[in-house]
Amino acid sequence: MIRIIRNFSRRIIASLFNRKENIKIGFYGPPNSGKTTLANLICRDWTGQEIGTTSNVPHETREVQFKEKVEITHKGKVLTFKIVDTPGIATKIDYEDFLRFGLKKNEAKKRAKEATQGIIESIKWLNDMDAVVVVLDSAENPYSQVNITIIGNLVARKIPVLVVANKIDLKKSNIKRLQAAFPEYEVVGISARDSSNMDEFYESLFRLAKKI
Amino acid sequence: MGKIDNSKIKGLRIHVMPYSEVKDMGISERVRKILSLILGNKIVILHGRLRPEEEARLIEDTMAMVDHIKNFKGIELAVIEPDMRGESMFMKMKYGIAKSLVGDSSALTVIGPASIIKEIKKDPRKIELLLS
Repeated sequence: MIRIIRNFSRRIIASLFNRKENIKIGFYGPPNSGKTTLANLICRDWTGQEIGTTSNVPHETREVQFKEKVEITHKGKVLTFKIVDTPGIATKIDYEDFLRFGLKKNEAKKRAKEATQGIIESIKWLNDMDAVVVVLDSAENPYSQVNITIIGNLVARKIPVLVVANKIDLKKSNIKRLQAAFPEYEVVGISARDSSNMDEFYESLFRLAKKI
Repeated sequence: MGKIDNSKIKGLRIHVMPYSEVKDMGISERVRKILSLILGNKIVILHGRLRPEEEARLIEDTMAMVDHIKNFKGIELAVIEPDMRGESMFMKMKYGIAKSLVGDSSALTVIGPASIIKEIKKDPRKIELLLS
């Protein structure tokens, strides 16, 4: 409750003085949608350093990771913000799923335990975001309840949202299906792995920042 | 034609919960009630839907339990709502007013233990449960 009040008063003060400093943009989404790959791409391009490691094994990011003062210059405009890369949100964690990726039983159990804590942390951080980039795998069914719950929570907290349809390089990618699932939001298709369509992404990111 | 083996679905328990059963509950109580049914290996069909912050709380509390309760892997969750796209403004208003007066009882929420429900396949108009 204190966090909500603090967040609310900070927004009021910021809007009174039209200050957009220390903006926090969160990267949210289900596991393995490419949040850290995208955050790494942005950080590499504009700070020269990555934010975290990526892997094919789900729940690679199990703690919220930050990169302060990322300054993006795009078509003469400048945007400075803090990237908050969050662990993927899921409703179930089964350590046995990790065994299929070659992890030993102990490693898999440890990963599962850390993943559950990461999900709790991600949800708690929702209140602190100024804007959120929801990163979804455009080759997956967009109607998953986790996606709907994340976006529903952002709307309820009046946090501006940009939906990123990642992995457009995959054969099964379907941006139209994703746009149909979330017609109220701007959806931008990219491939963080191939760095494709990043110009359009940055355009959308500036539009998102304007809504704060 | 081969014989259908339905031995695996013996003992499957479904708890249909009218919206009135949770209507007056606070967020913690509502989530606790649902999770206690899930821990009893029941699939809950709630006549209505949880608010977004309740869904988030349900996920948080589920994760805390996965961490502490042996063999509990989490939940599968899906909500199906009437598709108002393409409906007239009058119909949307009518739905909105009804929703604000009696709560969102036109939706159906399916929540079950991940150990029983392998996957919920959802599109805007239907949900399909795949049992383990």
